[in-house]
Formats: sequence, C-alpha cells, structure tokens
Amino acid sequence: MKARIATLLLASGLTLASAAHAFEPNKPSCIAPAKPGGGFDLTCRILSTGFAKAGITKIPMAVTFMPGGVGAVAYNYINATNPDDPNKLVAFSSGSLLNIAQGKFGRNLDENDARWVGTAGVDYGAIMVRADAPWNTLGELVDAIKKDPSKFVLGAGGGVGSQDWMKAAILMKSSGVDPKKMRYVAYEGGGEALAALLGGHIKVYPGDVGEMKGLVESGKVKVLAIMSPERLKGEFSNYPTAIEQGYDAEWTIIRGYYLGPKVSDEAYNYWSDQFQKAYNDPAFEKTVVDQNLVPFNMSGKTLDSYIKERVGYMRGLAKEAGLIN
Amino acid sequence: MDVFHYLALGFSVALTPLNLGLVLAGCFIGTLIGSLPGIGPINGVAILLPLAYSVGLPPESALILLAGVYYGAEYGGRISSILLNVPGDAGAIMTTLDGYPMAKRGEGGRALALSAVSSFFGSMGALLLMVIFAPLLSKLAIQFGPSEYVWLMIFAFTCLATMVGKRPIKTIVGVVIGLLLATVGIDSGTGILRFTMGIPNLFDGVDFLVVVIGMFAISEVLILLESWARNDLKLTPVGKSFVSFADLMAVKWVIFRSTISGFLIGVLPGTGASIASAVAYGTEKRFAEGKEEHFGQGDIRGLAAPEAANNASAAGSMVPMLTLGIPGSGTTAILLGALLMFNITPGPLLFEQQPNIAWGLIASMFIGNIALLVMNLPLIGLFVRLLSIKQSYLVPVIVMLTFVGIYSIHGDTFDLFFMIVLGVFAFILRKLGFSLAPVILGLVLGKVLEENLRRALSISGGDWFILFDGAITYVLAIATVLAIVLPKVMKLRKK
Repeated sequence: MKARIATLLLASGLTLASAAHAFEPNKPSCIAPAKPGGGFDLTCRILSTGFAKAGITKIPMAVTFMPGGVGAVAYNYINATNPDDPNKLVAFSSGSLLNIAQGKFGRNLDENDARWVGTAGVDYGAIMVRADAPWNTLGELVDAIKKDPSKFVLGAGGGVGSQDWMKAAILMKSSGVDPKKMRYVAYEGGGEALAALLGGHIKVYPGDVGEMKGLVESGKVKVLAIMSPERLKGEFSNYPTAIEQGYDAEWTIIRGYYLGPKVSDEAYNYWSDQFQKAYNDPAFEKTVVDQNLVPFNMSGKTLDSYIKERVGYMRGLAKEAGLIN
Repeated sequence: MDVFHYLALGFSVALTPLNLGLVLAGCFIGTLIGSLPGIGPINGVAILLPLAYSVGLPPESALILLAGVYYGAEYGGRISSILLNVPGDAGAIMTTLDGYPMAKRGEGGRALALSAVSSFFGSMGALLLMVIFAPLLSKLAIQFGPSEYVWLMIFAFTCLATMVGKRPIKTIVGVVIGLLLATVGIDSGTGILRFTMGIPNLFDGVDFLVVVIGMFAISEVLILLESWARNDLKLTPVGKSFVSFADLMAVKWVIFRSTISGFLIGVLPGTGASIASAVAYGTEKRFAEGKEEHFGQGDIRGLAAPEAANNASAAGSMVPMLTLGIPGSGTTAILLGALLMFNITPGPLLFEQQPNIAWGLIASMFIGNIALLVMNLPLIGLFVRLLSIKQSYLVPVIVMLTFVGIYSIHGDTFDLFFMIVLGVFAFILRKLGFSLAPVILGLVLGKVLEENLRRALSISGGDWFILFDGAITYVLAIATVLAIVLPKVMKLRKK
C-alpha cells in the first residue's frame, strides 16, 4: 500500500518535473520537526513570515509539525515517503546535525540524505551563572572547576549527547578537563534548567544568546562568555567571547532548512535563489532579528558543503567524548 | 495596597469591549476544543496563536484570547470524561473515575454541574492565591530541586496506593506497566536509546496523549462494540439531576484542599494538571478513609477534588511564566512563545514595565472564569443529551474524533497504529479486571520520579543523602510517612 502510494507520488513527480521547465512552487510548506512553541517552530515562522514580508511568497507558508528525536522523525518521513517533494522545506538546527553525526537519525541515514538549502540565522552558546556567583570571568570559573571537576555541577536543557551537553563538554575540553569527568545534569528544556540555576541546584548553565535578553535585564543571571567566533554586534557587544578569554570554546547554533534528497536541481536552485533574494531584503532580516537570531546568510551549494564539514567536525567531537566509536 | 491598584488597572484593560469579547470567544472555543478527545489546551492554544498574530491583535488582547482558550479547554476536558469515560485531555483522567459512574447512574447533569462549580472555585481560589503570593511563590518554586521532586513523586505514589482497593496485585501490575512505558526513549542521563526498537517516533518516548487516548477512548469503543455484539447495550439514563446546595456543602473542604494543592503543584515547573489532579484525588481518598465513602463508584468528593485541582494548577502554572519567564506547563510554554513573538520578555520586570499586560491578563482570567460558569451551567442540559444518542452513531464519532485528534499532534500515522495497539491492549487489561488509571499514573509519575532521582544522584555523585538535603525534603518525607501511617492509626483508634 505504502509502496504503491510512493510510486504514484514518484511517477507524478517525474511527469511534473519533465513537463515544467522552470520550477514553480505549489503550496509550499515548512515542516517544524517539534511540538509547537519550540525553536523549530520559530525557524519555520521565520521562513513563513519572512518570505511573505519580503514578497517572495504571496501568503505566509503553512507550518506543519512533526515532532520526534530533534528532527529524526521528519528526516525519516522525508526520506521514506517524500524524498522528491520540492514543496516541503524542513527546519533543522545544530541539534539535528549533532544527532546525525552520532547516527541517531535512524538506520543508514546520514548528512547526505538531505539537500541543505538555506539558513534562517544563527545563535551562539552563552556560559551563564547566577548573578551572585563568585566568578566574574570565564578564567575564574574554569580555575574553580579545575580544582575539583567532580564537585562542579553543570546543567542544561538536553540529555547527554545533545547540543546543550556538547556546549558544556567543549568548555571542559578547552580548559583541559576531561569531558567524561564532568558532572552534568539533564533537564527537560532550557526553562527547567534555568529554574535549577536560579535555585542553586546547578552552578553553570550553558545556554543560548537568544535567551539572554530578559534574564540579564532582570539582574538574576551573569553571562561570563559568549561562544561565538567573534564579538557580537549591537546590544551584546560588551560581552567577551570565550576565545578572547583564551579558551577555544565555540558553539554556533545554526538554524535552517533542507529539502528531500531526491529533489530536482531545478527546484533546489530555485529555493536557493529565493533565499538569496530574502537575504538582500531588510524585511527578512528584521524577522530574523526579532526572533533573537543573528543573521547568517548561506544557501545552496555553499551551505551544503558547510553543513557536511560541520557534521564531520561534530562526529570528531562525539568520538572524543566517547559518545560513539 | 498596590495589588488592588494594579488589579483595577488590569480590569480596566480586560473590560474594554474588544478584550471582553475575546475572553468570551476564547472560553467558548476552548470549551469546544477541550471537549474533543485528543485535542487539549496545548493544541488549542497552538492553533489559535498564529491566527491571533496575523490578525494583528495587540499583545495583551492576543494573550487574553489565548489564556481564555487555555481555561476553556481545562473546563471542556471534563465533559467527555464524565459522559463517555473518555478523557478530553490528560488533566481530566481522574475525573473519569467518579464522574462516569455518576453519569451511568443517570446523574450526568449533577456530575457536570458539580464539576463546573468545583472548577470555578478551583480557578478563582488559585487566582486569588496568585495575586497575593506570586512573587513569594516564584521563589519557592525555584527552591524545588531534584530531591524535592523525588519526594513529591513518592508522596504522590503513596497517596495513590489508596487506589489499590480490593485488587492490590492488579493495581501494582498496572503501575508497573505504566513505569515500563515511561522508560521508552532517549535516556537523558546517558544519551542511550532505550526500548525504541529503532523507531524514530519513539526516540522522545511514548507520547502521553497517545497513551491516554488509546487506552481510554479506543478500549471504551471496543467495550461498547462488545456489548453491541452481545446485544446487551443499555442506554445511559439521561436524568434531570442537578447540583444541590447540600452537595456543595459536602465538598467545600475537598475543593478548598484540592485548590491549594493543585495550585502549588501547578506553580512547580515540571508538574502540571495530571499530577495535580492525581494527588488531589489520592489525598481526598485518604481523608475519607474510615468514613463512609464509595470512591470509584461515583463519589462526589472524587469528582470535585480532581476538577478543582486541575483548574487551580492551570492558574498556578502561570506564576513561574509571568514572574520568571519559566513555563510551568506545556501550554504556558506556548503562551511564553506568544509573548516572545510580540517582543515581550516575561520575567520579574514584566509586572513593572508592562503592567497592563500582566494585570490585564490576570483580570481577564477572573472574567473568563465567571463567563465559563455562566456559559456552562445552562448548557449542561444540552451536553447531557449526548447520552441519549444511540451508540451506533456515537461510536463512529468518538473513533473519528480520536483519530483526527491524535493525528493532529504529530501529523504521523505511526501514532494512529500505536494508539490502536494500546487500545486493544487496554481492552484486554480491562477484561482481565485491571483498571487503567494506575497505568497512566505510573507513566506520568514514573517519568518525573526517574528523571529527578537521576538528576539528584548526578548532582551528588551517587550519594543518596542528597534526598535529605534542605527543609522541603523533610516536610515532604514526613508527609509521605504520615500518609502511610495515619489511616492505620485512625482505624486502630476506632476499634
């Protein structure tokens, strides 16, 4: 039954592709591979409202939800049933890439089973401690951790092997502490982890720049370092990066979209061009900034090779941390 | 008297014609959404959020609309619980235990009215607590660390031990099945996949709603089909019963206690309506021990307790969201997202910088509750007529609604098959004399218990004494011991 539908779809897809020379999207939609309200939802909303505001689509694209395994369910769905559907853009994040690197996206699926087409923007890791904590620089914090790494509790909104954990592990590695010795507590989502930080149950919270705004204003949390390659512009420009402070701890959270692995070059190039158009439109940029992301414009082949390089890097990290063999 | 000044400001925002209309619309839509099995407050709010945004409502109005939907859905969840034994959402599971037997006796109207009134007092009481204690409570909520959660869950389990009743072994087996289901998914402590059989849909664990709807709705349908095949389908008597003043007096303390416990559990991030209603039910059963009681067979106390508690917890979950920017439940997480979409950052500064939003929302909740009560009581006669529909029409409608509801969560057919498997499994369990509530509670409480126990132990490096760290743990530990010992002592003293 399923196979028959798949062949039908495949056949109709083929006739469409051969009949139409230039690709025209037909009711495109964005799949957010999580429950409503999370980061993937935001990513799709950027595409939906940003493209509409930039005049690329007439009406905002529909957003559908397909939660499961940081994108694993959607990745399998696209690969199994709609690998050639040019009207389904799926949101991804570094969290999805990290799971692909660890082989947690299902049997035999890796970074080559999607066509990475465009980005929404990036966010960066941010090392946060409670406002009344005794450390004021990353150096002071790292010295305290080094004294007794087994007594120092870090916590964040994801399990071992998630990108929240990876931020903590990278911080440890950069300060010369074996990440395996780290005492890490996994919470359900950043909100719970923040509550634990404020309540003093954990000492360090490796969160995101996107969450900083209200927290820093309220004076409850101190940011010791931002895990960006260079200093941020605008309101966060007075926060030093970890690299400036002498620790090679960088974590860029990339948010973007992919198409199915068998989508035609025509459709792929079409979408890639639309992303380029959007990047040149101030209305799109405003949508990105409004969602607390930093613009990071990359599409088409450039993005594809960037993602593949990134997954390779993550695979190396995961091996070092003993997550995979 | 700053509070009253601000509250007056809030009412001036909430009582503008637009906002008043939105509150009423939100409550009405919410009741409809809540009464459909599978579609609960989370889906309702998620569906309306983009709508509110694209219509260009001002932020306080959008929030008022969405909060109305949240409240209305908590109200609506009880209708199908009571009349059909199918919980509309997770917070309404405990409502089936005594609500459905009442409806079967022909007291559907009484049960619906009583639950509406309990919900009303639960929400109103919780709102008052919120207005007075919100800043204090948000401090208490963050003091709640893993060890405290562990004790809270152990306390909840001991309260529920009262459900053991006449079939202790079957209840324990039921809880264990729930605990087993809770272990499926990525283990956050190690990152290892547990019992997922390589199916990516199970990586995040079994979806709670799929289990609830599968086990309750599908097995109920199978039971109806079975009695149809045997030709002994009996129509439930509709009855003209209504809630009496004596009923209300009989449950006034039940509502009082359940409101407070429900509110406090709602304030804690990580526990919500399902745990609040379970704890309230268990506590009331403990209180009733030794006296005349028929919990599980249509006791009005067993209906009032979870209803007051689940509505109180909905108000409670707003506290950490508004004061700390930390969602207290799945639905408030979406409301938080809505605030962020309007470029409003919730947190301690919200009350100072945007008092019209924070207090307008609180005032609208007061208005929404009154509106829900006024709207619901006259409609009860209509709802109860649902029972006079022939089963041959009702069953297909239930099946259709559950399928649509479950499919709408993930948009994936896997959940539908999983739901059917669970439904058949639950049907077999019920035929063998198991009750389903322990299974669901094992799943809910077990997940929170395991996660927090492991968090506590990874904080302490494996030292179990962390469970006795801090005053709150002692309070909860003593409460647990009392819950076990007191009823026995009371019984002995009676002799």
